[in-house]
Amino acid sequence: MMIKSKRLHGNAQIKQQRIAYGFVFPYVLMFSIFIAIPVVVAIVLSFTYFDTVRPPTWVGFENYINLFTNDEIFMQKVLANTLKYAIIVGPGSYILSFMLAWLLAQLTPKVRTVLALIIYSPSLTGGITMAVLWRIIFAGDSAGYLNSVLLRLGLIVEPIVFLQSQEFLLTIMVIVTLWSSMGVGFLAMLAGILNVNKELYEAGYIDGIKNKFQEIIYITIPSIKPQMLFGAVMAIVGTFASAGIGVALSGSNPTPQYAGQLIVNHIEYYGFFKYEMGYAAALSVVLLLFIYLISRFAYKLFGSRD
Amino acid sequence: MAKSKSKFLGTKINPSRFDKSQIKYLLILSPVVMFMTLPLIYIFNVAFKPLEELFFYPPRFFVQRFTLSNFVRLFSVTGASGIPMSRYLFNSIIVMILVLFFSVLISTMAGYALSKLNFKGKKFMNEINTIALMFVGIAVMIPRYLIVEKLGLVDNFFVHVLPYLAIPVGLFLVKQFIDQIPDEVIDAARIDGASEFQIYMKVILPLIKPAIATIMILSFQSVWNSADTSTIYINSDNLKTFAFYMNTLTAGTNGVAGQGMAAAASLIMFVPNFIIFLVMQSKVMDTMANSGIK
Repeated sequence: MMIKSKRLHGNAQIKQQRIAYGFVFPYVLMFSIFIAIPVVVAIVLSFTYFDTVRPPTWVGFENYINLFTNDEIFMQKVLANTLKYAIIVGPGSYILSFMLAWLLAQLTPKVRTVLALIIYSPSLTGGITMAVLWRIIFAGDSAGYLNSVLLRLGLIVEPIVFLQSQEFLLTIMVIVTLWSSMGVGFLAMLAGILNVNKELYEAGYIDGIKNKFQEIIYITIPSIKPQMLFGAVMAIVGTFASAGIGVALSGSNPTPQYAGQLIVNHIEYYGFFKYEMGYAAALSVVLLLFIYLISRFAYKLFGSRD
Repeated sequence: MAKSKSKFLGTKINPSRFDKSQIKYLLILSPVVMFMTLPLIYIFNVAFKPLEELFFYPPRFFVQRFTLSNFVRLFSVTGASGIPMSRYLFNSIIVMILVLFFSVLISTMAGYALSKLNFKGKKFMNEINTIALMFVGIAVMIPRYLIVEKLGLVDNFFVHVLPYLAIPVGLFLVKQFIDQIPDEVIDAARIDGASEFQIYMKVILPLIKPAIATIMILSFQSVWNSADTSTIYINSDNLKTFAFYMNTLTAGTNGVAGQGMAAAASLIMFVPNFIIFLVMQSKVMDTMANSGIK
């Protein structure tokens, strides 16, 4: 605070402030309309009953109470699935992103560019847009690609209805999401690693760093903290934003026996199929809080402030 | 001393020449690269398979008789619906140009102010934006609709553009980049008499090309792939976009015969993504490798 105003005084300060507001205004406007206000409205709606036809009526915490005491599907299936999915996909995609970025940074530019392009390309369209492709691969009859391979290898006798199966759907969702998760976070980390000042490594070796592992822990990661944090948040958001994949793969919401039902699908189901907007909003708030808490953890690890 | 020096050279990040020590990295990477490419190679092959090959049992991985018939069928289906596909494509391209230009403009402007200018509320705005990084759009679809409706944007072409302009991730990234530019560079420009806007145009923008390229990729992906806007906010068919059209085509195809068409449609969705990334990526990599800000 004190240091900030050291160069600018009085009028100059005020003038710069006015210019700064001009610079941020368009962003703030768009941000408010399409991000901030919808979140506030979601919070308000979560305390109401709203069927889109009649005006919302205030119900207090009823939606939240129902969510945790009456919604068996939520407690038994949706929450469990979401946790399983998030725990594997979130850290999984994050660690994989970093490892791949680091490996790529050890290669020459041409090779690296080609491989980075290949690794990044599935995330271009994302798992949901590409669901049709996975539906062909995992098709449930013997003409399905994976089924036919397994049948020919003699590993199975009957074709497996993968995408309708309680046993396999969640696993397939995890695979597909991981496949398409090497996105912007991966690129940011790759760019970060390439941008680390080489003298730091030299200095590190003079200071007694002995191997690659120590190099990563003591030089690479501390040097690219902003990108590490960015990658972590991207991994968290990507995990939840791509959570519609179960419905895209199985072709129905709810997913068969709720095998791949995640919070996002539950929101969609209550919002667009049952028109219980208040309840859907309460689910949204729970989801946003959930994402927020996990992200706080990432900030604790890599954030420069606290 | 000599020993540690030689060790250091062996661990050089971003090497300019190939070295035997890189083979082990390639070996670790190759299964991952295989896993990443196989589905794409597969869809490429399905898209170019003639109908009878799609019915082959057991199914074959590679196409044998290369044909464009899936694409021809895809385009003829389009023709039957009344609105030519070129219309959807045209809509998507216009949306794309507007979103790319304005999202880059507003996030770099805001990023510059948040990083290098002093104003009341700056800290608060930074904090809000950092929290908004965790924002997942699907979660607030309902309130968003109510707001769009209030603004009279339902069935308005600009509803394709406006919600995509403020990207918290884009702003965050730009700010991170501008933070790395030393204040001295900007102070020097100020002493030379440059206005804040000139500094933004002449000093900041050229230095943050990698970040700009990344925002463009981000915007492109979210807009090009999204059929949601057309589904939720647009009623008139002639205002809908290409992604929506492709989705309606692929959603209803479950039979083997539809697979070829669906694969062709997915390929059409994928290729522009791939090309724009190809162009941008080389820029990101070059700029990052050569212009490290010391």
